[in-house]
Amino acid sequence: MRRLLIALGLLALAASAFAGEIALSDRRSGYELMGRELRAMQDDDTANPGMLWVLEGAALWKRPTGAASRACVDCHGEAAVSMKGVAAHHPAFDAAKQRPVSLDQRINNCRVDRQQAPPLAYESRELLALGAYVARQSRGLPIAVTIDDRMRPFLDAGHAIYERRQGQLNLACSQCHDDNWGRQLAGNLIPQAHPTGYPLYRLEWQSLGSLQRRLRGCLTGIRAEAYDYGAPELVDLELYLMWRARGMTMDAPAVRP
Amino acid sequence: MERRAFLKIAGGVAAGLGLTGIVTVKPARATPAEMQEAIRAVVGSARITPGKVKLELPPLIENGNAVPLTVTVDSPMTEAEHVRVVHVFTEKNPQPYVVSFHLGPRAGRARVSTRMRLADSQNVVAVCQLSDGSLWSDSAAVVVTLAACLEDGI
Amino acid sequence: MASALINVPARAKRGEIIEIKTLISHVMETGFRRTQVGAVIPRNIIRRFVCSYNGAEVFSADLHPAMSANPFIVFSTIATESGTLAFEWTGDNGFSVKETAAITVE
Repeated sequence: MRRLLIALGLLALAASAFAGEIALSDRRSGYELMGRELRAMQDDDTANPGMLWVLEGAALWKRPTGAASRACVDCHGEAAVSMKGVAAHHPAFDAAKQRPVSLDQRINNCRVDRQQAPPLAYESRELLALGAYVARQSRGLPIAVTIDDRMRPFLDAGHAIYERRQGQLNLACSQCHDDNWGRQLAGNLIPQAHPTGYPLYRLEWQSLGSLQRRLRGCLTGIRAEAYDYGAPELVDLELYLMWRARGMTMDAPAVRP
Repeated sequence: MERRAFLKIAGGVAAGLGLTGIVTVKPARATPAEMQEAIRAVVGSARITPGKVKLELPPLIENGNAVPLTVTVDSPMTEAEHVRVVHVFTEKNPQPYVVSFHLGPRAGRARVSTRMRLADSQNVVAVCQLSDGSLWSDSAAVVVTLAACLEDGI
Repeated sequence: MASALINVPARAKRGEIIEIKTLISHVMETGFRRTQVGAVIPRNIIRRFVCSYNGAEVFSADLHPAMSANPFIVFSTIATESGTLAFEWTGDNGFSVKETAAITVE
């Protein structure tokens, strides 16, 4: 009996989500919480402003660069084939760095190691364009980050950040996005915060931006010190958010208010 | 420090910072009256009749930075009878002009879509001029949750 | 960013009304925003958009700061003959972008 209870307990732990989490079937992406007009803007590739960056990314994909004078296409071929699903699997474990890296970091690793070119600055036009182009190849696919023994500590670290009260307003991400999603905050609808559509065109930014930009904006909003671009905390948090959104459909480049 | 001297210095600093007066830093807002003036400045003094042109805007938009808008005019768009131009105005944006679309018989259909900025919940007005010189108008009200134009750049 | 994204049907029947969608990268700075220290960010917008069909102007627009960033304009024209549709955007600070699209009219 005791063994059975322990086994049941372990099963529950292994299968369970973290406490307070939104039930898997209750998850809604920001797309579903937007009005009809904004959804139409996102769905039409000829009207979605994010497509301007995707097109730029398609051009950069073919442009030789760096001391190696190599283009992405030289190693990876057609992005529609080789990059399919890639964004849906990031952050992913990088053996050289012995930790998960975001898609932007992976693109920069390639630039430095394979193209012998300097890394692109975070939030630069080129990095956003390449990120948007690669993420576009995962459109319609389910988010599927791999969590194994190597990744587990980073997932836990990301989860801890998500649950930790921070900043002058002493708020944790979970308090808005798990406990109060769907309610209004200063006239805005609080989303569940699933990163299905990044990089995305945010009307408030009047530009395409990355998940890290959004996270830093939120942290600033609760009057916390925002982690720097590329900080391990932001990648860990992104890993947690992607795991939390596992199985949800990617829709990059999205449009959001 | 002597009290009087301290106050004097403080007054000097305050004046230097412009704190002695009330300083408001915000963009001017148009008013419905200014919008009417702008309409008259563009189309002249002839009579404007509500009708023929239809202005489609969402009744509520989450962010005023990109509000989808479509103007349609009921017109055969022939050489003899067509739409020359459609103007769009707002009541409460910092300035009342939005856009003017120049059409003509080669358009085939008088229907144009775009995205505009709205700085507040307000009325938007479309005025079109037909080839016979007549003027027609429509207006639509939009509720804007987050205003455009008033958020400062970083 | 890519300068412009234009959507025009590659072929059409003579007399058919075709829909043209245009999207161009531009910040459309209104001139009403200020920096954190209060300095006005100067106006920088596209002021005019013209579409010509084999050299004849078939549509144009005069834009003001109330037009959104990355201006999106959808309009129509009658497919009269095969040839070239030319698009030109001009604005502040010498902004000038020209794009073309070929169309085959049967």
